[in-house]
Amino acid sequence: MTRTDAPTGPATLGQSRRGRWGAGSIWPVVAILLVLLVAVGIRQPDFYDPPALLAFLKRAAPLIVLAAGQYFVIVAGDFDLSVGSLVTAEVVIAARLIDGDPAATWPVIAVVLAFGLLVGLVNGLVTTLLLVPSFITTLGMYLILVGAVYTWTGGSPRGALSEEFRMFGRRGIEGVPWLGEIPYAVLILLVLGTLAILAMRADFGKVLLAVGDNPRAARLAGGRVAGVRTIAFVISGGCAAVAAILLGGFGGVSFQVGVGLEFTAITAVVLGGVVLGGGRGSVVGAMLGALTLQTLLTLLNLLGVAGALASAVQGLIILAAVAIGGLRART
Amino acid sequence: MRKRTVAVLAGTAMVLAGCSSDVPAGNPAATASADAGAGTGETSSFFVQADYDNEIALRTATASGPADKPWEQALNPTNVDTAKYKKAGPYNLCFSNAGVGNPWRQVGFKNMQAEVKLHPEFKSFQVADAESKDDKQISDINDLLGKGCDALIVSPNTTATLTPAVEQACAKVPVIVFDRGVNTKCPVTFINPIGGYAFGAAGAEFLTEKVKPGGNVLALRILPGVDVLETRWAAAKVAFDKSQLKVVGVEFTDGDAAKTKTIVSNYLQRFGTIDGIWMDAGATAVAAAEAFEDAGKPFPAIVGEDQQDFLRMWQDRKLTAVAPTYPTYQWRTPVIAALKILKGEQVPSPWKLPQPTITDANLSQYVDPSMPPLHYAMCGCSDLPGYPGEWGGK
Repeated sequence: MTRTDAPTGPATLGQSRRGRWGAGSIWPVVAILLVLLVAVGIRQPDFYDPPALLAFLKRAAPLIVLAAGQYFVIVAGDFDLSVGSLVTAEVVIAARLIDGDPAATWPVIAVVLAFGLLVGLVNGLVTTLLLVPSFITTLGMYLILVGAVYTWTGGSPRGALSEEFRMFGRRGIEGVPWLGEIPYAVLILLVLGTLAILAMRADFGKVLLAVGDNPRAARLAGGRVAGVRTIAFVISGGCAAVAAILLGGFGGVSFQVGVGLEFTAITAVVLGGVVLGGGRGSVVGAMLGALTLQTLLTLLNLLGVAGALASAVQGLIILAAVAIGGLRART
Repeated sequence: MRKRTVAVLAGTAMVLAGCSSDVPAGNPAATASADAGAGTGETSSFFVQADYDNEIALRTATASGPADKPWEQALNPTNVDTAKYKKAGPYNLCFSNAGVGNPWRQVGFKNMQAEVKLHPEFKSFQVADAESKDDKQISDINDLLGKGCDALIVSPNTTATLTPAVEQACAKVPVIVFDRGVNTKCPVTFINPIGGYAFGAAGAEFLTEKVKPGGNVLALRILPGVDVLETRWAAAKVAFDKSQLKVVGVEFTDGDAAKTKTIVSNYLQRFGTIDGIWMDAGATAVAAAEAFEDAGKPFPAIVGEDQQDFLRMWQDRKLTAVAPTYPTYQWRTPVIAALKILKGEQVPSPWKLPQPTITDANLSQYVDPSMPPLHYAMCGCSDLPGYPGEWGGK
């Protein structure tokens, strides 16, 4: 099982320790994704037309960004349950502040990003300094955000997003030969995905994995445990802000935009082979997990499976992935 | 066995969604669809043939009352005597509100507050907001009864659960119920527009006229199991089953714009063309239309509602559209009714308000770029004090 070639980065760390198909490996999710893609292709051959494929990636981008953010938190051994309500809060705040005025677009984007980072920072500090388990911290943050948004808006969003704000989630670079339109959401996804991979290859990523694997050992080895865990929450908050910009752009103002996203993101991360409890799994796996989940939902739709069953399928995936992960870790 | 599993899953999903509704017992009128090929599924257990017939008849009834004030009109009214409630003013008016948790209720509540200001006979207006919780509304009603109300307006959160609390209130003050109903005749009057069957039928009939025979229609619903929404779909199903249209899907959107857009995009991919979109509520109509725009497809014939964002898009893009309404002006009527009752004047009971539909012909009367995108145009509020500022307009 154990491969002897030297790990080239954290993405392969799990593999080298547990083998190609062991816990934390990305290969199971790659295999599932390929099977699903073949199934979608059989059901819907023009899915693979470049414009259709890019449109699919555009719709998947917010979830992939959220999953990437959630990965940093989970791999360090924590949870972030606040991202769904944070997405809703961000979209509602953006609509209220922009109120249809194009000139307000960029300042509001800055506010949205800053607010996401701030919420992440608070989550991180409460968890690491006050020693509140992250499950509780972020559950509390979730409730605070839900309640605050409800109080502030009276239960229904006001104002409107400008076309300039919505452009990022909705439009793209038009008239590209062969590809048609390259959605901005896909470009943003590529940039953030690259940054996430680089972060995990840097020292930060190595410490983060070590913290998730064994916090005590990491601390004794001189790792700034509280620091990297806090940064992980900040990254998750920032990713939620970006996802909010993409989702608000794609669909417009809605009070439901973030509902359930925290669990979808966690499902995606787990599906990507990342072990709950931390220490194992790669950010590429987490992002592929999100892509796989989106592909699965598309396939269910193509097969005519009712929407209500989609959440049941999501639940089954969490249970199956964690159970199989546990079995693999034991062998 | 499989069916039972699905039912259990659906039941669980409903509990998770936290929707409270009053599920009627299975009713004999609900028979399987005559045309199983129409793709509209089974008839809802909420469908009651007599109610359906009644609402369809009311759509063409002539209203009595001032033509320019539909909130004072009544359809086929039967008046009741209120002499026993007559008393000298000024009055304390009380209102137990189910909540203000969506733009429709927000616009409506502003209408009501402004209507109260029109009448100096009211010296106070006390409001309790139940925040969409049955238990809070029950205790709200009790609290209000201890505050010297001369009349109580109730907008119930759910029908069955609030009935005992309303009955208690009836024993002490004249009660006026509006929007959702209660299972008791004790309120002096019950005010609401025609209802869900008429709403659903208006949209579906428009599609049967505008979409060519054999055309693909996608039906988008918010969620199952809520009576006011079930009746809308049940009536649409009747119209679609009679038509030559092909209902390619009936999907639940949770009222979420992004989810709506994804569903519509998926259907466009799957079927190539969608010729008509039916919706049980218009909040995500703009998102549905945008999905066509983003996919580079022509707009379908589409059913929306009277929210400004949709009306504006309809006018700007010259959509083939219709907007049945569940008018927010019904929030003005209970205040008017309370005043009549306290003065001992007769009121219609039940008080059925007209339920207009916005079409190409009258669209320009309702589009108003100075109002916020989620404002409901059929508010009858432009003559009220504080308009448009209080409603978020400029």
